Amino acid sequence: MQHKNRLRPFFENITFEREDNELILNFGPQHPSSHGQLRLMLHLQQEQIVKAHPDVGYLHRGMEKMAENMIYNEFLPTTDRMDYIASSSNNYGFALAVEKLIGLEVPRRAKVIRMMLLEVNRLMSHLFWLATTALDVGAMTVFLYGFREREYLMDLLEDYCGARLTHSAIRIGGVPLDLPDNFIADLKKFLDKLPANIKDYEDLLDTNRIWQMRMEDVGVISKEMALSWGCTGPMLRASGVKWDIRKEEPYELYDEVEFDIPWSDKGDNYARYKLYMAEMRESAKILYQVLDMYKDTSPELMAHAPKYISAPKIDIMTQNYSLMQHFVLVTQGMRPPVGEVYVPTAPSFWHTGVLTDLLPGHYIPDVVSIIGTTNIVFGEVDR
Amino acid sequence: MAQHQVNYTQNGGLPVALTSIDKLVNWGRSNSLWALTYGLACCGIEMMASGASRYDFDRFGTIFRASPRQADIMIVAGTLTKKHAEFIRRLYDQMTEPKWVISMGSCANTGGMFNTYATVQGVDRIVPVDIYLPGCAPRPETLQYAVMMLQKKIRAEKADKSQKPKRLM
Repeated sequence: MQHKNRLRPFFENITFEREDNELILNFGPQHPSSHGQLRLMLHLQQEQIVKAHPDVGYLHRGMEKMAENMIYNEFLPTTDRMDYIASSSNNYGFALAVEKLIGLEVPRRAKVIRMMLLEVNRLMSHLFWLATTALDVGAMTVFLYGFREREYLMDLLEDYCGARLTHSAIRIGGVPLDLPDNFIADLKKFLDKLPANIKDYEDLLDTNRIWQMRMEDVGVISKEMALSWGCTGPMLRASGVKWDIRKEEPYELYDEVEFDIPWSDKGDNYARYKLYMAEMRESAKILYQVLDMYKDTSPELMAHAPKYISAPKIDIMTQNYSLMQHFVLVTQGMRPPVGEVYVPTAPSFWHTGVLTDLLPGHYIPDVVSIIGTTNIVFGEVDR
Repeated sequence: MAQHQVNYTQNGGLPVALTSIDKLVNWGRSNSLWALTYGLACCGIEMMASGASRYDFDRFGTIFRASPRQADIMIVAGTLTKKHAEFIRRLYDQMTEPKWVISMGSCANTGGMFNTYATVQGVDRIVPVDIYLPGCAPRPETLQYAVMMLQKKIRAEKADKSQKPKRLM
């Protein structure tokens, strides 16, 4: 008999004794390749999956509930912890939503810096994706290479905002700091080396027989499936839909830069991998253009809107009214007009849902590579 | 039969070292701390970074293992939620003695910024913690320092009997 106080395993209405020779396998939530805390209940016939049931909520930290009791600026650091692999992108999504609500126009230099941060974050996120997916599939070398390059990008962001992982580098109404002196030179140096690095990864993986066997024709998402599950990003573009939000509804300065949208109609793991590699190249292309834009911008960093955004520090120190405004903004927070905007919803959540349709028919080893290429981050799924 | 003769009074002396069992065992234990990968949230990324190329955890004899049965320390990296709490206890119980726990990051220490209905307010309510590591998220250097502190702690322990049951908060 089980002791009353001992922790008991908890399974939701699942009977483990079955007569149809079906095995139920619990995958996660602590599986090292479950990219966080994904738990899958897999129904197996021999080694083949017949039914998959993803279970989320193991990293639910109650962020929405926290947000209810916070002023807008207070919540910003919490957005770092959603998609913690590319934190600035989350900061940006939140800041943009609030800015739309207020109707703020961000100064051009802030826009340029934001673009840089976003693309550097994209590179970091893609490199991390490559490193961990390769590790899950068994390519340790690519893991070490991927993290090597990622560390340089983290150094850059550390130079800019002081944090490696949780940046909070984008504020509502602009950015808090100008670029440090050597930032542009360092970023250029990194970008010059990047094509050679990407070629290194591709040399290691592209024609690698193990990689091809684990990736090609595994996890095929059809166009209809991708659209009906609400896939976004590479998950959608690998399935033959040429849709990129940066082109369709451009934000910041994405309508001023030249870049291509890589896409493929294969829909399998390999297509997604190729897409990520191509996107890194496009990111580098965008960054080169944005670096050139930086020179001819005026030095304002925060939008001028005394009702919502604190004045620059020099004004707060010298002018009484700015100080009063600042005091009110810090203690009570800004009060945007009543309205409706859409805050970013987590794409990973739907990409987790796809697994229900995607996994049946595959074998156990494929589960790991499919979870890898869906690139789900659980801070974002569960929040 | 020996073709050569070693003069033990010269040439660096006898090939013998005198030590105590405690020191010898603890030397071995502290220098091969195999860690259970327990990346829960953001800190897990920094934990991976400390295992990767630049920070290279292998130098300290810390190798990440995916199985609790092969691990000596559990690095709880990230927010522990109430839904997950039973799993961490079960994995901790599956680890073989002697075992240690490093609580990495503010969330694991005290719940950190997430003081909500869903979050366990400190992982020390579930498993006994040896080293608390502050930061949100702590840098890889901080994790390395925590492992070195744990090594120091292990070296001061007795090796001859199993450890005393540790206290939960």
